[in-house]
Amino acid sequence: MNTLRELPKARLFWPIVTLVALLLLNFAVSPGFFAIRFQNEHLFGSLIDILRNGAPTLLVALGMTLVIATRGIDLSVGAVVAISGALACTIIADSPTPDSLGTVLAAVAVALVFSLVLGAWNGLLVAVFGIQPIIATLILMTAGRGIAMLITEGQIITISSAPYKVIGAGYWFGLPASIVIAGVMFAVAALLTRKTALGLLIESVGINPVASRLAGVRSRGIVWIVYVFSALCAAIAGLMISSNVTAADANSAGLYIEMDAILAVVIGGTSLAGGRYSLTGTLIGAFVIQTLTTTVYTVGIAPSITLVFKALVVIAVCLLQSPALQARLRSRRASTKGVLA
Amino acid sequence: MTILISTSARRGRDLLGSRYTPVLVTLVLLILVFAAGASQYRGFASGQVIANLFVDNAFLIVLAVGMTFVILTGGIDLSVGSVVALSTMIAASLARAGWPPVAIILVVLVTTSTLGLLVGLVIHYFEIQPFIATLAAMFLARGLCYVISLESISITEPWFTAMAQTRIPLAPGLSISPSVIVAAVVVVVAFVVLHYSRLGRTVYAIGGGEHSATLMGLPVPRTKVLVYVISGLCSGIAGILFTFYTLSGYSLTAVGMELDAIAAVVIGGTLLTGGYGFVLGSLLGVLLLGVIQTIISFEGTLSSWWTKIVIGSLLLVFIVLQRLLTARRR
Amino acid sequence: MTIPSTAPAAESHVPAVEPIITVDDISISFPGVKALDRVSFRMFPGEVHSLMGENGAGKSTLIKALTGVYSIDSGTMSLAGRPLVISTPAQAQAAGISTVYQEVNLLPNLSVAENIMLGREPRRAGAIDWRAMRRRAAELLARLNLDIDPASQLSSHSLAVQQLVAIARATDVDAKVLILDEPTSSLDADEVSELFRVIRGLKNDGVAILFVSHFLDQVYEISDRLTVLRNGALVGEYLTREILRIELVHKMIGKELATLESLESKTRQAAVEGDVVEVPYLEAVGLGRKGSVEPTDLAIREGEVVGLAGLLGSGRTEIARLITGADRADSGEVLVRGAKKRLRTPRVALRDRIAYSSEDRKREGIVEDLSVRDNIVLALQADRGWFRRISRKRQDELANSYISALGIRPANPDALVRNLSGGNQQKVLLARWLAVAPRLLVLDEPTRGIDVGAKAEIQKLVSNLADEGMAVVFISAELEEVLRLSHRIAVMRDRRKVADLPNEDVTVGQIMGLIASGAEA
Repeated sequence: MNTLRELPKARLFWPIVTLVALLLLNFAVSPGFFAIRFQNEHLFGSLIDILRNGAPTLLVALGMTLVIATRGIDLSVGAVVAISGALACTIIADSPTPDSLGTVLAAVAVALVFSLVLGAWNGLLVAVFGIQPIIATLILMTAGRGIAMLITEGQIITISSAPYKVIGAGYWFGLPASIVIAGVMFAVAALLTRKTALGLLIESVGINPVASRLAGVRSRGIVWIVYVFSALCAAIAGLMISSNVTAADANSAGLYIEMDAILAVVIGGTSLAGGRYSLTGTLIGAFVIQTLTTTVYTVGIAPSITLVFKALVVIAVCLLQSPALQARLRSRRASTKGVLA
Repeated sequence: MTILISTSARRGRDLLGSRYTPVLVTLVLLILVFAAGASQYRGFASGQVIANLFVDNAFLIVLAVGMTFVILTGGIDLSVGSVVALSTMIAASLARAGWPPVAIILVVLVTTSTLGLLVGLVIHYFEIQPFIATLAAMFLARGLCYVISLESISITEPWFTAMAQTRIPLAPGLSISPSVIVAAVVVVVAFVVLHYSRLGRTVYAIGGGEHSATLMGLPVPRTKVLVYVISGLCSGIAGILFTFYTLSGYSLTAVGMELDAIAAVVIGGTLLTGGYGFVLGSLLGVLLLGVIQTIISFEGTLSSWWTKIVIGSLLLVFIVLQRLLTARRR
Repeated sequence: MTIPSTAPAAESHVPAVEPIITVDDISISFPGVKALDRVSFRMFPGEVHSLMGENGAGKSTLIKALTGVYSIDSGTMSLAGRPLVISTPAQAQAAGISTVYQEVNLLPNLSVAENIMLGREPRRAGAIDWRAMRRRAAELLARLNLDIDPASQLSSHSLAVQQLVAIARATDVDAKVLILDEPTSSLDADEVSELFRVIRGLKNDGVAILFVSHFLDQVYEISDRLTVLRNGALVGEYLTREILRIELVHKMIGKELATLESLESKTRQAAVEGDVVEVPYLEAVGLGRKGSVEPTDLAIREGEVVGLAGLLGSGRTEIARLITGADRADSGEVLVRGAKKRLRTPRVALRDRIAYSSEDRKREGIVEDLSVRDNIVLALQADRGWFRRISRKRQDELANSYISALGIRPANPDALVRNLSGGNQQKVLLARWLAVAPRLLVLDEPTRGIDVGAKAEIQKLVSNLADEGMAVVFISAELEEVLRLSHRIAVMRDRRKVADLPNEDVTVGQIMGLIASGAEA
């Protein structure tokens, strides 16, 4: 129980407070905000919308959390989002039976497999060649958009395929499919890291790579796998996004999603410096970001001020979480740093 | 009695390989790519094509110079693209309101430098990583663009128009724009500062080892903040040059420009970890990117997304090269 | 505590009476650790003063207080009679205190000349005058007889040369005080002579020099005065010519000789007979690594405790790291149960059931943000791989059994290791290694910085382990411990093994003698 009290609490405190504050703000302005109604066997409501719209960001942020935990970063996720949507839509568009489930499944499979390859590429650069993660993933980030555009030949590919549309816009068990998918992936990530030794080893490598090495931890494989997982998550998010509009736009799909994801992770309490991570924190972080966007509409803030508003909230949370401020709040003597400033 | 004979003679090869190789490689590559283009397309090997490289990329040159300062200290500035957009918005809206050009430029530069100052202060005193801090600044700057106006504002102010359209002849059939002069001045000033001032040497020192630099008594905090001010200032100048280029202010412009700047700096031989690199290298990086663009436009049939793939591959080549060089150094 | 009340005599040319630096009763604490406890210290101009003490004694803390890296919690410092209040290295330099640190704190990406002149570059019309800078740098290098190109990049030179460049930088400043922290650790004999020539020259110029080194010969050769610190407290100040080496070693690492002898006879274990297997579990033949330890032979048998004694930097940690795969050797070989093995990484060594508990508990031992339980099962889990997770139930069993067996406090497997005291952190680490059931356990300074009670517990544990058939290497600067526990003792000095003897009638004094004078065994 002490672990619950220590690290996570201090860090999750502000994000949860922010989320609650934003939700309450929404409620104050629009009393029907928390209303959820069941209609046509589907759940509807503002909260459902937030969850649904935030699903892609959450997915990408999940993968990003594990990468960041190993002291890395993955800037290429936006490109992977674009590529997976482009691949799937191209396959469906070129197929004689775009409406068949088989075609859709094949397209999805191809997109996911290709993303695993892209993730392995990133992992190769970082784990084997020892290239700094920011620059290694920057390569795919730059070239990847080009690859996506190559696949779509510069066009926006629109398709009409009922099975495909389900991913982003359909409903399963009364809930939007995207929420279900995101929830499943969250569960997968949680199980993968907590039911196997991966979680412990990831954290160990992120917190103290030297001690981990002496303890016999094989960090190379661990680093590789987190990049593959990150690409997989991005690919699923890409399918969701393109399915929502049943089109693939290589230029704008997933634009800036890596930034949102990184922010979600940071707000959720995982430090960019690696180590202890919190998938739950990322979950909250992703929803803070999504709720921010929604708040802007609900409260009626002019769309022109959305971004500034979002930026200020994010800045505030980051400042509150900053190590310097935290140290000063706990009035602990910062060993050498304090006197050097 | 001389006892120690330097081991550096033995390591002459390494010596050549240490600091200047990446930039030399960029230069060679630039010449090669240009030659390839010249051999493929008629009219490619003309002076004006080369001049246009500068004319079309003047703003990116200035941006890359500012980015070089930041990356040399081991930091990064993701906000530059958005700040360029913000500069164009401020310039366009003030121009529309009838402000005199000098005042416009002053306001832009002061705004962007102040933003840089705030970012630098946050990074140093709150100990927030440059990536996150400048990411937030990017959103903030972009957001301020939207606040000013969601639609494009065209600039009809005569001085700006003149700057956009003037061509300065250098030789028969060869002319450049005023932006090129500005970019050249920025590069020269940056060069002088980095290589002939204590500030510049402190920048390199911080990149070589912030802790060591502090122990050596260098003014590290002040310099760390200053590089972000410099980056902000360069973003402002680049923004003004960009308005000469587009004669408008548009909040959705310059998306992703920071990545172009970073790519140019990395391709120009500057290590992202800091301490190694030259502004001239960044200049070459921008030119190399420009030549690739030129080839693609000459080709006509090649889609523009090939640019991205080529740039990505170039980046890969350079990073691997850098890695090999640094590995050997150890 | 003996502090000579008279001023330094004949050796210095400057008939100084007043100390140039006076440190009065200063204390510096960090969370959980009192690094300096009311230490007083003084330096005289024109004198070489050596600061002596083992790891954790407080030497580097004192130096950092003098150079503005740490601020003092209490007490005062004064320079040339005036109060010295500094909070940054820049201020210390401005005050006239010049420092060469143990790790070369120069900039590898800049040239030699720049490193020497950084922050003080000669300028002409506001711009740096590179030619003048290189010229000045060449002058300073020539003073040290260092023939290297000032324009060459610093990283292209060996560590030894870099060290000398750092010294060249320090000597350029018009310093009143020059602090040299382990300046000779990468230098060979000739280079050391050159350095000493320069130091004597500076001495004649009236500079006060603080010389920190664990090489006793060098200390005796160059210094006029010594101050000994132990566990953050001042042991005493002595004139070099008035204290014997062996007394000095006592002061650094032990109590009075007599007390020690009596301790031995009371607590010495009859260790030699017994179930000691003949074929060594691990045998190192000519194992060495350039710059850290000379080719060394070492054999450890199951059921045997081999103690490695020696001062810090003598090669004891270095050889331990080589036989456990933590570092890679460049000469010699290792045989495990007679079979040649390449111990390239700790993971490989662990597969041969060789575990290494590092002396740097904080940086190489504990994973501080993880819980006690996580830290304990880490190596075991790494061995089993990713997917065969140790069940939570089993983890708890393991954690709780070690918590009670080793007396880890607080007895809470969820506690974050960073909040435990040093002694308990060490126990957690021990538990981690015990959990993988090693056949050879190398313990590097396991009792350093730990309270007496925990120390005794750990020592008892080590002895029990050997009784149960484990091969143990026990490294410690505390010779009583080494004597108490070891079946055999290997003495290291200046990166080489100078003695390897069975623990029969060996006394602490004997070992100290071996360490102090390094007689070949």
